[in-house]
Amino acid sequence: MARKNKKEAEEKQKKPLPLWIIYLLPSMLIFTLFVIYPFVKTIVTSFFATSNTGALTQMVGLSNYISLFTSETYLHSLGTTFLYTILTVPLTVVISLLLAVLSSSNLPGMGVFRTIFSSTMGISVAAGSVFWNLLFHPTAGLLNRVVQWFGGEPIGWLTDTNFAVYSIAAVSIWMNIGFSYLVLMGGLKNIDDSHYESVEIVGGGFFYRLRKVTIPLISPSLFFVVTISLINAFQSFGLIDMLTGGGPNNSTNLMVYKLYNDAFVNFRFGSASAQGIVLFILIFLISRLQTKLTERLVTYQ
Amino acid sequence: MSKIELRDLTKSYDGKVNILEKINLEVEEGEFYVLVGPSGCGKSTLLRVIAGLEKITDGTLKIDGKTANHMLPKDRSLSMVFQNYALYPHMTVKDNILFGLDVKKVPKEEQKRRLAEAAEMLGLTPYLKRKPRELSGGQRQRVALARSVCSQAPLCLMDEPLSNLDAKLRGQMRTEIRRLQKKLGLTVIYVTHDQVEAMTMGDRIMVLQGGKIQQTGTPLELYNEPANTFVAGFIGSPQMNLARARMTDMGLILNDSLLMPVSEEERGRLPQGGRWQIGVRAEQIELAAAGDPLAIPVRVVNTEMMGNETQVLFEVGKELFTARWTGQYLIEAGQDLAIRLSADSFHFFDEASGMLTRAALQIKGHAALTA
Ligand SMILES: Nc1ncnc2c1ncn2[C@@H]1O[C@H](COP(=O)(O)OP(=O)(O)OP(=O)(O)O)[C@@H](O)[C@H]1O
Ligand SMILES: [Mg+2]
Repeated sequence: MARKNKKEAEEKQKKPLPLWIIYLLPSMLIFTLFVIYPFVKTIVTSFFATSNTGALTQMVGLSNYISLFTSETYLHSLGTTFLYTILTVPLTVVISLLLAVLSSSNLPGMGVFRTIFSSTMGISVAAGSVFWNLLFHPTAGLLNRVVQWFGGEPIGWLTDTNFAVYSIAAVSIWMNIGFSYLVLMGGLKNIDDSHYESVEIVGGGFFYRLRKVTIPLISPSLFFVVTISLINAFQSFGLIDMLTGGGPNNSTNLMVYKLYNDAFVNFRFGSASAQGIVLFILIFLISRLQTKLTERLVTYQ
Repeated sequence: MSKIELRDLTKSYDGKVNILEKINLEVEEGEFYVLVGPSGCGKSTLLRVIAGLEKITDGTLKIDGKTANHMLPKDRSLSMVFQNYALYPHMTVKDNILFGLDVKKVPKEEQKRRLAEAAEMLGLTPYLKRKPRELSGGQRQRVALARSVCSQAPLCLMDEPLSNLDAKLRGQMRTEIRRLQKKLGLTVIYVTHDQVEAMTMGDRIMVLQGGKIQQTGTPLELYNEPANTFVAGFIGSPQMNLARARMTDMGLILNDSLLMPVSEEERGRLPQGGRWQIGVRAEQIELAAAGDPLAIPVRVVNTEMMGNETQVLFEVGKELFTARWTGQYLIEAGQDLAIRLSADSFHFFDEASGMLTRAALQIKGHAALTA
């Protein structure tokens, strides 16, 4: 009798098994289909030579990777991406932090500034590109008119190899400020007034306050913004596609744009997959570093 | 070293409603001055005005005889303890305590000395390396106090510093703050909505309501001679019993329902007029002796047994009166009881304005002390 009960209990424990599988199935399916399968497929492809249609033709081992790291264009693209990241991330974060701090006071009319500062959040890459294309226009663009008004020579903002990457970086900073600003603003709103008032009572100035109170207290938001900006910078594509197409002379050919070109213009899927994997490893390493640093430096309240 | 003077100080946030109206106040050097009043009466606002965190709308503020209306907070030589302690979660206890001393260019050696002293005084020495979140509420409170001590500012403003603590700890910290204040000779302005804190800590108390001063004075002055019915009801626990009273040939009638016989001599000592609001403290209501001609029958609604004393609630008209007797009385709800009231122990207030017309002539315990 007792044994029978035990058996029944065991059966009961087993019974729910198929049930939870059913519950998990949809998300497992989606995950497998759209994340795991493409990922594995990319890894596999990166070890193969492919036909124009993407069919695997021949196993080539590491040669896709080797040719990448011996290719001058790729190394150049890698370097440009790093330059672009170093240009955009710190500036985006610093500018949006300053804007947030300045506009977080309760002075009348601040609402207008807050709306303006966060407005690029709602502008699509396409619309932003059209807008900046007009500003950058070699003859009719506002920027060159200003330069000429000051007596300078017109600048090929998007056509001069010395300028293009900086121009793109500027647009990207402009586009990303909206989001960073909003996140940091949210962080600032969470700081209790008494933290600032203590500074006022001891007589600390603007930078003392920023250094000792504001920045440490919004460090969670700050790290979030830095992470997102870094990942965005490494994955930049839209602006380049719209404004320069990687040119002139590859000077704005960032990693993702090159990957896109190799895959869908030159149909070299093997190499493109290898580039995808390199990019993945890079972003993965950055995220790891971020998490480690965050644990060390960020104070959650 | 800090004397605070307010003359007709008025504060309005929006230019329409006055949150504080014509506040006059003097705080002497080394005094422990308590601002007390119900929520929203403007206590914090007044404190922040003194700190310089809010602008003055009208009137003058003087610190040590100098007009300070537009003086920056940092020039007022004061420290402030906030209700939430304003500790920085990313700094250690040590850095929290020393916060701001670098701005004032206090040398490192001196900082070290002050830190050691303050930490010792408040029992924080073992916790200096911790972060605030690793402390208990009472310890955080002490860190906030230590910051004040280290600043060596002669004036300390405290805004409900004990309101986040449990009752027992609050009692401890009350004594501790008071001891610290005496030892350092600080001038303290202390905001609370708790009248027990006000009574036990204050050298002097200001009762604030609706942005207006109701009364200022020592704790006993407020207790013995409340300027109006608001102060009468606010100071003291249990609350003073308040009722409408009118004089008839048979005696006083309370709340149009309870007849209270009044002896001839007492009748002669009643104030002018025949209608008042009266207030009587719970301990002034006595149990009548058997056969007392002035006994008043009441029906008990509820009793609260405290162990060392018993509080008995009974109805007077629609209001509940509380009597408080030392000792343990086993009285059931619904039981009939004979009590004795003396008009001499009543505070009489003007019926319309609620202002005091005659304070109680006899106060239990008071006579014993002064005699
Ligand atoms: N920054 C502000 N702007 C507008 N009105 C305010 C502001 N701060 C306070 N008030 C108003 O002023 C009145 C007094 O507020 P205050 O904070 O001084 O009250 P309090 O006596 O400290 O109350 P509590 O015991 O609840 O802390 C309240 O009616 C409040 O709504
Ligand atoms: Mg308050």
